[in-house]
Amino acid sequence: MGMTGETFPAITTRKDAVVAWGQKNSLWPMPFGTACCAIEFMGVAASVFDIARFGAELVRFSPRQSDLLLVAGTVTFKQAPILKQIYEQMCEPKWVISMGVCASSGGFYNNYCTVQGIDQIIPVDVYISGCPPRPEAILQAVLKLQHKIENPNTTPPAQFKVKEPTFDY
Amino acid sequence: MDQQAILEKLKTLLPEAIKGSADRYGQLEVQVERLKIAEVVKALRDDPEVGFNLLIDIVSVDYSNYPGWTGDRFGVIYHLKSLGLGHRAWLKVTTPEEEPSVPTISHLYGNADWLEREAFDQMGIRFAHHPNLKRILNHHEFVGHPLRKDYPITRRQWLSANESLMDEMNARLNKKGYV
Repeated sequence: MGMTGETFPAITTRKDAVVAWGQKNSLWPMPFGTACCAIEFMGVAASVFDIARFGAELVRFSPRQSDLLLVAGTVTFKQAPILKQIYEQMCEPKWVISMGVCASSGGFYNNYCTVQGIDQIIPVDVYISGCPPRPEAILQAVLKLQHKIENPNTTPPAQFKVKEPTFDY
Repeated sequence: MDQQAILEKLKTLLPEAIKGSADRYGQLEVQVERLKIAEVVKALRDDPEVGFNLLIDIVSVDYSNYPGWTGDRFGVIYHLKSLGLGHRAWLKVTTPEEEPSVPTISHLYGNADWLEREAFDQMGIRFAHHPNLKRILNHHEFVGHPLRKDYPITRRQWLSANESLMDEMNARLNKKGYV
């Protein structure tokens, strides 16, 4: 593209590859922040960690303008219909990151009022562990989601595969 | 005023309402007759020497597994403080399991409205003549009272749709004269 010495100024590629390249580098996240994980997400968006390096810095607070739902925090049963409605208001294509153990599994709130993982309500693309997760973990989740957008039908690469832990009690 | 002076004052104001008293960790606890609680709170609030003008909290207790307890199953404890004079006291009433009902004090303190709704929601204490006694923390399709000792802590209940809350909003709009 415009390099010196080229005789034919064009490249060939597939259409879905170009679309995926654009989508993965311009994720507009909507933070569904209900607890301390949302505070940690502010640290990711701020200058030290700077999620803008990965193209996901334009935080929208409307589900209709965003394509990445970032569920950060504990979701109670009272909150569950609200989360489902917000997910349904987002336009396709859309992705979901479950941030922290509370959103992913209920965390230590093994009680009467907390949903034991938002995947009981909405589909989740990437889970992040931690209480709250370090900002590096959120950046890794964004990278993992970018890989998923680019390769929609492949399994995750080897560096993201974690051996299932075995517990010998 | 110290503990003894508050107790003596209360005994002169409403002697028939006092069932007993105790020193709990340096604070005064007065056991009050259940149906007289609103009168006692009003007397302590309006008396200029006691002047309990702040309701700190309303706590409900389930004594069903409490060691050595022989009284009624449920207890309701009112934490009162005087901002000007600095002294505090607890008022304690007990209510039986079959009819857990306590007179409301929501007409005396504004924050008692939501505190009593919380005690109703979590423990099932009915506050008689409360203006809007409905659930505040759990959702409106929830069945049971989760802080009771016989509620299994992992019994989870799904909510199908959120309630509109316009009943509370309309009441406040009416109160402020916006309607």
